[in-house]
Amino acid sequence: MERTAVRRRLTWQAGTVTEIREETATARTIVLDLPDWPGHLAGQHLDVRLTAPDGYRASRSYSIASAWTGTTVELTVEQVPDGEVSSYLVGVLGVGDQLEVRGPVGGWFVWRPESTGPIQLIGGGSGVVPLMAMLRQHAHASSTAPARLLYSVRRATSVIYREDLKTLAASDDVDLTFVYTREAPPGEPRVGRIDAELLAAKAFAPSDELTTYVCGPTPFVETVADLLVAAGHDPARVRTERFGPTGGPR
Amino acid sequence: MGIVSPGFTGRRSGSDLPPGQYLTRDFPVLSAGPTPRILPEHWEFSITTETGEVHKWDWQAFLQLPSEEITRDIHCVTRWSKLQSEWKGVSLDTLFADVETGADFVMAHSYGGYTTNLPLEDLLDGQAWIAYEFEGEPLGAEHGGPARLLVPHLYFWKSAKWVRGLALSDSDDLGFWESAGYHEYGDPWKEQRYAGD
Ligand SMILES: Cc1cc2nc3c(=O)[nH]c(=O)nc-3n(C[C@H](O)[C@H](O)[C@H](O)COP(=O)(O)OP(=O)(O)OC[C@H]3O[C@@H](n4cnc5c(N)ncnc54)[C@H](O)[C@@H]3O)c2cc1C
Repeated sequence: MERTAVRRRLTWQAGTVTEIREETATARTIVLDLPDWPGHLAGQHLDVRLTAPDGYRASRSYSIASAWTGTTVELTVEQVPDGEVSSYLVGVLGVGDQLEVRGPVGGWFVWRPESTGPIQLIGGGSGVVPLMAMLRQHAHASSTAPARLLYSVRRATSVIYREDLKTLAASDDVDLTFVYTREAPPGEPRVGRIDAELLAAKAFAPSDELTTYVCGPTPFVETVADLLVAAGHDPARVRTERFGPTGGPR
Repeated sequence: MGIVSPGFTGRRSGSDLPPGQYLTRDFPVLSAGPTPRILPEHWEFSITTETGEVHKWDWQAFLQLPSEEITRDIHCVTRWSKLQSEWKGVSLDTLFADVETGADFVMAHSYGGYTTNLPLEDLLDGQAWIAYEFEGEPLGAEHGGPARLLVPHLYFWKSAKWVRGLALSDSDDLGFWESAGYHEYGDPWKEQRYAGD
């Protein structure tokens, strides 16, 4: 059957942690060397599996933060209070340890470097992770597709990828706007959530070429996606990824 | 053999959950795009057979059908499970009562363009519903309201939100997530998450 022929089976593979970078007080980037990595598209995720000495296992999904350049794959994990897997990845895992992963997964929340239309990226908190992979892939491919990132954070110290973002923002192809929801750094007067006015001022206007990617906690994604649709964006051109699991009010 | 993570103890739920799942009390949301807001008066549901015969209900007609209270565990591929969730809806046995078909496969279509594929036999015999209430309240838009498919024995992406129709077919085609690398059937007890599992 032709259909099953293209559906490659995903198997677990072991990687070695080669580097760990602390991004904020609660988030770190884990650099993995995965000798069998088949490659990925920016925006895809993988599953991480932890096995306790008695055989108990737990798995969670994590977006890939890096562009595909070879056997190195970067993840960025935000510690969730009392989180079963994130607490281990942020608090215990060390350089030289092995980690089992399976992926890449996901064929919708992806950006392909051959696409030329503008891309609007809107991230909240750790929702910036797959968006960063897109920006890195964009830079790696020397794409000239216009790209903008709106990045909602509590305060300046919550910014993940601060240095990389600064470098990217210095290029002409990427436009970066921080939105501070709790406390703004000196010289940034605005404190508050993303709203219609901010989108009108900072995000690309609706168009037939534009693709918008929104990622973050569920309530953030719900709010932003609704604002985009209300502003005239075609819902089919707005792609979302919800990191859940905390749902909004029913 | 897997790799053991020294220092990882984990949190065991004690409940009888499908492999790799954990318990949540929230009701998380998984969707690929913005939430479609469909007013009940604009809602329509149809079943289209492989010969092109269409059976249609509007909201009024749909609410006249006998409904059932349904209490089931649900399992999302993103690994949360929710026990004993309570729904109200119309059984697909009721909706299929006058439908003549020899087809084996169904594609569920949703407002907003979402699709998911299922074998017809998984939708009949008290296994599936079109649900419009969740825990005593009208189903909210972010959870698929005004009405969603409910097929609790499969991973929850099969329970298409904002459902607007079922199309019967002799060919087994792939839906939205199934084309994006997820399993074509999605049995949580066999942990059929991704293609080939
Ligand atoms: C496709 C996908 C991609 C993801 N990518 C990333 C990523 O790149 N980086 C990342 O850090 N996480 C990502 N996540 C979230 C990740 O999979 C886990 O859900 C998260 O790490 C928490 O797992 P845990 O075992 O630590 O917490 P759990 O033990 O599962 O949960 C502990 C408590 O925290 C709450 N909680 C769990 N997750 C969150 C959350 N995200 N926000 C707020 N509260 C929460 C739970 O409701 C629970 O009460 C992604 C999720 C999905 C579905």
